[in-house]
Order: sequence, then structure tokens, then C-alpha cells
Amino acid sequence: MPQIAQLMETYASQIFWLLVFFGAVYFIVGRGMVPKVMATVAQRDDQIAADLAAAQAARDAADAEEAAWRARENASHAAAQEILAKAKAEAAKASEAKLAAAQARIEARLAEAEAAIAATRTAALAEIEDVAIEVAQDIVNRLAGAEVSRAQAETAVKEALHHV
Amino acid sequence: MAAEQGKVDPMHQFTIEPLVRWEVAGYDLSFTNSAMWMLVTTLVVALFVAGGLKRQLVPGRWQMAVEVFTGFIDDMLEANIGKEGRKYVPYVFSLFMFILFANLLGLLPLGVVGLHPFTFTSHFTVTGVLALISFSIVLIVGFWKHGFHFFSLFVPHGTPAPMIPIIFLIELFSFLIRPFSLALRLFVAMMAGHVLLKVLSGFVINGANAGIGIGALVSIPSFALMIAISALEILVAGIQAYVFALLTSLYINDAEHLH
Repeated sequence: MPQIAQLMETYASQIFWLLVFFGAVYFIVGRGMVPKVMATVAQRDDQIAADLAAAQAARDAADAEEAAWRARENASHAAAQEILAKAKAEAAKASEAKLAAAQARIEARLAEAEAAIAATRTAALAEIEDVAIEVAQDIVNRLAGAEVSRAQAETAVKEALHHV
Repeated sequence: MAAEQGKVDPMHQFTIEPLVRWEVAGYDLSFTNSAMWMLVTTLVVALFVAGGLKRQLVPGRWQMAVEVFTGFIDDMLEANIGKEGRKYVPYVFSLFMFILFANLLGLLPLGVVGLHPFTFTSHFTVTGVLALISFSIVLIVGFWKHGFHFFSLFVPHGTPAPMIPIIFLIELFSFLIRPFSLALRLFVAMMAGHVLLKVLSGFVINGANAGIGIGALVSIPSFALMIAISALEILVAGIQAYVFALLTSLYINDAEHLH
């Protein structure tokens, strides 16, 4: 087994050259190159993370924009609704006022007509009374031959008419 | 040499041969075939990671592959240690890539073109040093962050008072054995795989030399098995590198958080 048989002659050379070459690997490759390789990887990871963050930010901005647009849309919708409601209310009020005016006119004419009817009616009634008094005087004169004064006839007629 | 007797010595592949002799203050620091493959591993790892340094926002295939490895180590440390794990990425990444490429390069069938691949992670002098480095980091971080409070690592919460001395010893022992288990696991796994492949290749060669009948009976099944075991060894190469890095990160987690 040369590892043991040659141990005494070769250990110094083995250890010396191992330290030389492993040291070279450590200082040139491990300390010199590996940090640069890893820095490149880290830089790439940062770049990717930054790109992803930018994309996320753009997406958030778009979302915010859309939300704002939606809010504006809703507000204008509400405003339109309000204007519509107001116009409706005004139109209703105007038509109500017109209706009321028409109603008032109709009522006035009705009252006028009723008053005219009532006046005609009283005039007619008075005429009927007159005629009735005269007729009553005449009937009494013809039947009983008695002269009845106008006042007496009037009283009697009124009484009779009252019972009608 | 064993090959002269018509046999394949499965251990010969682990022999260290000096390429350039060099001695400093009585220590033999020769540039060996082992050191040669450490150099190759270092160059391949550096080339691989350098290919991922284009720093494009949209990565190409190579950059993607390198980023997969750094991301893998980063995630592992994040999962096991948390945010503090980040500062250990350079070390654990170097450790993982160094072991992984050493294991894989040692498996390359370069013998076909006359080269001799050498897996230096099959030497416990190498895995031992790597394990000691990991263990030292655990000790340094532990005592740096927690001071003598670090010893509370050896007394789990809710230990009854009379049990504390015994539990302390057991925990201390299991803690001190970590660098050995770390080093031996990698060394044994790599060596066993290579020995097995070499033994089977010996069967193939010797079977073929012994004639058509024995060749068909021994060599062909052995060769099929070698293919399957080579696939398994590629898996083991990855798994052992992963286990080394994972256990290192778990031990560092102990030092950072004390359970």
C-alpha cells in the first residue's frame, strides 16, 4: 500500500503541494471568481424582482385608474338620476298646480251655475206664489162669492205651500 | 515490478513518483505525479469557473453550469448554517470543486493514450490535510465567536448533572474524531473504487492471455462489470465531494450556533 509504504518519503511533498494548489484554488477561484459569479446571480435576481415590482406597480396603477373611472361613472350616474328625479318632481308639481287651477275654475263655474239655478228657482217660486194667491182669491170669489183680501190669501197660500 | 510477472498490481496506481527533485531544509518537496495532478485539477477548476465569469444578465450554458455549482453550495450553506453561512461559500466551494474535479480527473481513462492518471484524493496525506483545514476552521470560528463557552457544545441541553462528565467526554471524543472520519471516508472510498477497477482489469487481461475459452468466461463478464462500476465510481466521485462539503458545513454550523 504505497500510501503507507511511501508515507515517510512523500508526506512533506504531498502536504506542501496540496497547500500550494488548494491555496491557489481558494484564493483565485474561491475568493476571486466565486463572489463575482454570485454577484451576477444576485444582480439578475434583483433585476427580476425589480421588473416584477414594476409590473405589479403598473397593475396597481391600472386598478386604481379603473376604480377612479368607476367612481366617476357612478357619480355621474347618480347626478343624472338626481336631475331626472328633480325634473319629474317639478313636472308633477306643475301638472298638479294646473290641475288645481282647472279644478278651481270648474268649481267657480259650478257655483255660478248653481247660484243661477237657485235664483231662477226662487223667482219661479215667487211667481208660483203670486199666481197661487191670485188663483186662490179667484177660486174663493167664484165658489164662495166672498172677497178675500190679498193678505189673507197670501197667508193661506204660504201656509199651504209650506206643507207641500 | 509486479507487471513483469504477468500480473497487474492493483496498488501500483497509488505509487508516488518524483518528477522534479527538490529538497528544502531537509524536507523532500519534490514535484511528484501527485502534485502534477493537483496542478491539473487546479487549472481545470480555474478554467471551468473562469468560463462562467462572462457576467451576462441572460447566462449562456457555461455560465449557467458554473452558477448551478455556486448556487448549489450557497443553498447548502444557507440551509445548514443560515445567513452566516454566506461567508464560507468561497472555502466550501473551493473544497467541493477541488475534490470533485480531483475524483473525476482521476477516473479519466488516460491510460489508453499512455498517460498515468493519479487520484490524489486516494492518499490520506491529502484528505487528512483537507480535513484538518476544515476542522481548524471549526475550532477557530468556535473559539473566536464563543470563547470558552464553545465547550458547551459537548454538553447537550437537558443533560442530568451527574451525567455531565461522562457525556462531556463522549461528545469531546466524537468531536475530535471528526477530522479522521472526514479524511478516511474520502480516502477509503476513492481507493476502494480504484483498486476494484484495477483488480477487474487484471482479470480481463489475464483471462484474455489464458486463451479463448477462459477469456470469454472471465474477461467479458469482468469487462461488463468494470463498465458498471465505472459508472458507479463517477457517482461516488460526486457523492464523496458532496459529503465532504456537507459535513464541513454541518461542523461549521456547530461552531457558529453551538447546537
